[in-house]
Amino acid sequence: MKHAVVNYEGERYNAVEQNGQLLLVDGALGQINRLVDFEAVQWLPPLAATPRPRTILALGLNYADHAKELEFKAPEEPLVFIKGEASLIGHCSLTYRPPDVKFMHYECELAVVIGKTAKKVKRDDAYDFVQGYTVANDYAIRDYLENWYRPNLRVKNRDTCTPLGPWLVDRADIENPMNLTLQTTVNGKITQSGNTRDMIFDVPFLIEYCSSFMTLQPGDLILTGTPDGVVDCQPGDVIVTEIEDVGALINTITGTKPSAEN
Amino acid sequence: MSVDQHFIPTGTVYGTLLNFKTEMAAMQAQMHESPYKAPPQAPVLYIKPANTWSANGASIAVPARVPEVEIGATVAMVIRSNGSNQQIHYVLMNDLSIPHSSFFRPPVKFKCLDGFLGIGSNTIETDKAQDFKLEVRVNGNLVQSLDFSQLVRPAVQLLTDVGEFMTLRDGDVLMVGCDCLAHGKRPLAKVGDVIAISAPSHPELGMLNNTLIAEAA
Repeated sequence: MKHAVVNYEGERYNAVEQNGQLLLVDGALGQINRLVDFEAVQWLPPLAATPRPRTILALGLNYADHAKELEFKAPEEPLVFIKGEASLIGHCSLTYRPPDVKFMHYECELAVVIGKTAKKVKRDDAYDFVQGYTVANDYAIRDYLENWYRPNLRVKNRDTCTPLGPWLVDRADIENPMNLTLQTTVNGKITQSGNTRDMIFDVPFLIEYCSSFMTLQPGDLILTGTPDGVVDCQPGDVIVTEIEDVGALINTITGTKPSAEN
Repeated sequence: MSVDQHFIPTGTVYGTLLNFKTEMAAMQAQMHESPYKAPPQAPVLYIKPANTWSANGASIAVPARVPEVEIGATVAMVIRSNGSNQQIHYVLMNDLSIPHSSFFRPPVKFKCLDGFLGIGSNTIETDKAQDFKLEVRVNGNLVQSLDFSQLVRPAVQLLTDVGEFMTLRDGDVLMVGCDCLAHGKRPLAKVGDVIAISAPSHPELGMLNNTLIAEAA
């Protein structure tokens, strides 16, 4: 099943996909079971609220071709960094590009949503701890790269710079997460193509590695890195990051700074 | 002065590297060398996720592979925002790390172990963050004194510079930095030690106590 979280007529709802429409299941006002069009809602990250702030782990240089593109040799252990929850936005949202930057690029990534408390998990058991998958677009602004805790937060933790969604797809509906095509288009033109089978550190390994020193909780995320083919994005560009069977996440770049009230 | 005596963060907890002049000076010779190649321009930040949070008084488990941990005594700014009205509260924190000498890659495996952030119980308001003075004791012995007039970016400046690229929301927390000792390293502690952080300048912050224990096998 494909799950979404949306705002509809000012209320927040959990929803599921049904024949090309959204079935609003429940919200602040209780059960409603109402079908609405995709265009009628504002999409939010497809995640249930968590009792404590969710941990968002992200991978750098996790595809050999991308590591080569960025002139780094493939890492010998996962390059893990952490993002704040405030950088997340939903499907069909706007992402801000400051006026003075030269190179801002998308990163199409398979995002793993943790389903149960994971501590010292072995890779053979790792999928038991996965709730499902979604698509992340982990934007980076390379102008701001510095060699201190690289990739530094000014590059990777910016407001509006991590679109996520549209769907959380149940684990059971993805036969093999390590064999999914990824593709990004900019204004309809394909700029990035890859397959999750080319990850240097696969999903079970990443769960084993991270849970070996930190406990992951339901709702935590692992963004698993991006393959070759990142290009600069300008205001007005429409970027679609798509992963086979998981979803197509649409995002538009804007030159207008968002207000900070979110 | 409003005081919260049962503080636990509700947002993301950020930490700041290299925000004490002494720590900056200790790194100065390396800053132009590989892999850094230049001193940092923007604040150097990291995140202490929720799995690291330990309440005041809690025991903190240290894995057997880690003989000693670095103590990172600091005060943190707690953002309280209600619409356009923002207040800053302060709280004691003990940002523990597995000792590491490279700051090139994000420090997740060194800083994000379960329980590796001691969090004070009490929050206070002040508009004179430069007046904070902290003392760190291990088993009752004074091992470090910190003077928050010696920051590279004073607290409010740090908040402004971070706000240039990310919004700190209501409940988010920003640690203003940890200092090193004269030899350039942070104080250390090991299993069995009791670490106590206090603020002689602001006794209403209370004491932050945590005991290091061996992680269960």
